[in-house]
Amino acid sequence: MEALFLVIATLCYLCGTVGYLVYLYHDRERIHWISWSAMLIGAVFHAGAILIRSVQIGQLAFTTGQEAISLFAWMFVATYLVLQLRLQLRILGSFVSPLAVIFMLSTSLLPSQILPKSELFKSGWVILHVSTLFLANALFALAFSVAIMYLLQERHIKRKNFGFLYMRLPPLERLDSIGHLCLIIGFPLMTGGLVAGFAYASIVWQSPWNWDPKEILSIVTWIIYAVLVHERLAVGWRGRRAAWLAIFGFSVILLTFMGANLLLKGHHSIYTGKM
Amino acid sequence: MCHIVLLGMNHKTAPVEIREQLAVACRQEVNPLHMLPRMEHVDEMVFLSTCNRVEFLFTCNSLQDGIQEVKTLLRTHVGLPVSTPPDNYLYVYENMEAVKHLFMVASSLDSMVLGEPQILGQMKDAYRAAVEYRTVKTVLNRLLHKAFSVAKRVRTETCIGSCAVSVSYAAVELARKIFGDIRDKKVMLIGAGEMAELAAEHFLAQGVRQLTVANRTLERAMELAGKFRAETVPFDCFLDALKSMDIVLSSTGAQQPIIRYQDVRSRMRERRNKPLFFIDIAVPRDIDPKVNEIDNVYVYDIDDLQGVIDINREERRNQAQLAEHLIDEETIKFKRWMNTLSAVPTIISLRAKAETIRRNEIRKTFAQLPDLSEREREAIEILTESIIKKFLHDPIVFLKKKAQRGTQATFMDFAQQFFNLEDGDGADSSPLAQDADIATESSSFLENAKK
Repeated sequence: MEALFLVIATLCYLCGTVGYLVYLYHDRERIHWISWSAMLIGAVFHAGAILIRSVQIGQLAFTTGQEAISLFAWMFVATYLVLQLRLQLRILGSFVSPLAVIFMLSTSLLPSQILPKSELFKSGWVILHVSTLFLANALFALAFSVAIMYLLQERHIKRKNFGFLYMRLPPLERLDSIGHLCLIIGFPLMTGGLVAGFAYASIVWQSPWNWDPKEILSIVTWIIYAVLVHERLAVGWRGRRAAWLAIFGFSVILLTFMGANLLLKGHHSIYTGKM
Repeated sequence: MCHIVLLGMNHKTAPVEIREQLAVACRQEVNPLHMLPRMEHVDEMVFLSTCNRVEFLFTCNSLQDGIQEVKTLLRTHVGLPVSTPPDNYLYVYENMEAVKHLFMVASSLDSMVLGEPQILGQMKDAYRAAVEYRTVKTVLNRLLHKAFSVAKRVRTETCIGSCAVSVSYAAVELARKIFGDIRDKKVMLIGAGEMAELAAEHFLAQGVRQLTVANRTLERAMELAGKFRAETVPFDCFLDALKSMDIVLSSTGAQQPIIRYQDVRSRMRERRNKPLFFIDIAVPRDIDPKVNEIDNVYVYDIDDLQGVIDINREERRNQAQLAEHLIDEETIKFKRWMNTLSAVPTIISLRAKAETIRRNEIRKTFAQLPDLSEREREAIEILTESIIKKFLHDPIVFLKKKAQRGTQATFMDFAQQFFNLEDGDGADSSPLAQDADIATESSSFLENAKK
């Protein structure tokens, strides 16, 4: 049942992606509406799958690598769907939906196993830690998509070389301010998530800092985003540099997320089940 | 045989550097038309110079010699060194191609900005100058008036003009792609020429509320500021005003760039890196192209705006095709008129007219006198024929004699008007001009010529 839902969700995302790629070439409101609906239906089935899994294991499903990526992909799509309603920046879908499909497909590469219930994950701290960080990451992923759009559009305008994307991409200031918005919401969430993590670690392991590889990478990511936020607010960084830093920051997040979970050993390497 | 030749260069054939050189040359007070009396082969001439094109329209009897002579004039006037091969940048259109090109230019189909309205005014100015220098006669007079009426026809019968993308329109579109909403942006005009005025109008029409004018002569700045409810800043302080501006339109006549890399770079931090959009509509350029390399600064000069316009051009291709069809029609009409300008067709139509009148009158007379004998009728026929023949003898000899001179077009045209000979398109030859002052100028010129 859960697997079926996941397949349906992936197919819906795929339809949405195809629709949005067509939308890139044909500016029809109908195409956008269909694609958005496909993403929405996909997100509903996806949520169903996560819910089933969570009920099955008796806690929020994020403990295996597959579950974590799946949850992240869902949050990413959901954030996009909500933001789309607010921002009305339709073309964003063309850049977001392929990412969603990639995340979904990467989950299927990982073994689907169910870990035994662990009391460690039942704490409210963990739920807070995971949900805020995932939401922050989803926002940073959106900022990443927007940054790519910004760089493409900036390249068009700077080099005075107008491809068809020039007509379709939104104004630079708009992209920059959306990136800014994602950052301004995402950064406090990330900070909160990390604090919750340290708080819980100090409860469980009597020390907030345990030289876990993921802890180190998370701090590095936090510093990158802190620099970006500071430069934006204090110095007025914007545009190309801010876009590159948003792309760099998200790359480090991916490294932290995938790499630390799957490859490195530590108490975040939850996939192996060893604590 | 009278040839019409159009020789020149425009934004498509010559790079901005060469055109800048031309613009400098054309700001000199001396109009190249004053050289015409000293030219051997060229008969009539009109000189059109705008910031995007320089064109000589002339008539001559020998194509080779005429073209060579005008090329020499172009060299001496522009002062290009002999080593640069201007031939690469030049186009030469002959006869009907020249006519068509002129019609295209007048209708703004050849403009950098398709459908922009200024070119017609500039062409009228060029014509006025030619009338002052007395370098236009029958052919070019007719041709230019025709060009003005074609332009008007294109404007009213197609949407080229109404959806006129001008440089300023293109600039507004670009500003939208950078800023999104431009209503709360601040626009500064540096230099207050006609072009700047037009651009400012566009920005105001798009909802921009804050406009600032900086101009060397304060009087002109205040005049513009009054018109647009704008502020003025002293010309020397415009660099400091950059701090608070978002869009800068520059169109001064300065010979050197007035805004340099360091000027902008040092002010970006103070601006907190807010985007700054420079539109450089001046030739020579006002803004160092290197400024474009600064982050969040975008510089577009007149050639760059071309790229933006190409996108619009795509959408307007249908309209342009329609307009071109109109122009082809008018070119053919003009060709027909040109053909009548040699002696033989004039004489033929003169004879034909006389013969038609004779026949009509004979028919009426014979109808009233039914009892005339065959012999009497024949005698009357012969009588009327010989009256006409004798009466037309002198004018025809006169026309044949004039046909060998360079001035034949003038005389043929005059003869046609004198005898009211139909040339199929004669109807619009009398109220020649679209605007009254040109009409009076040209008719007084014609009177002078006749004296």
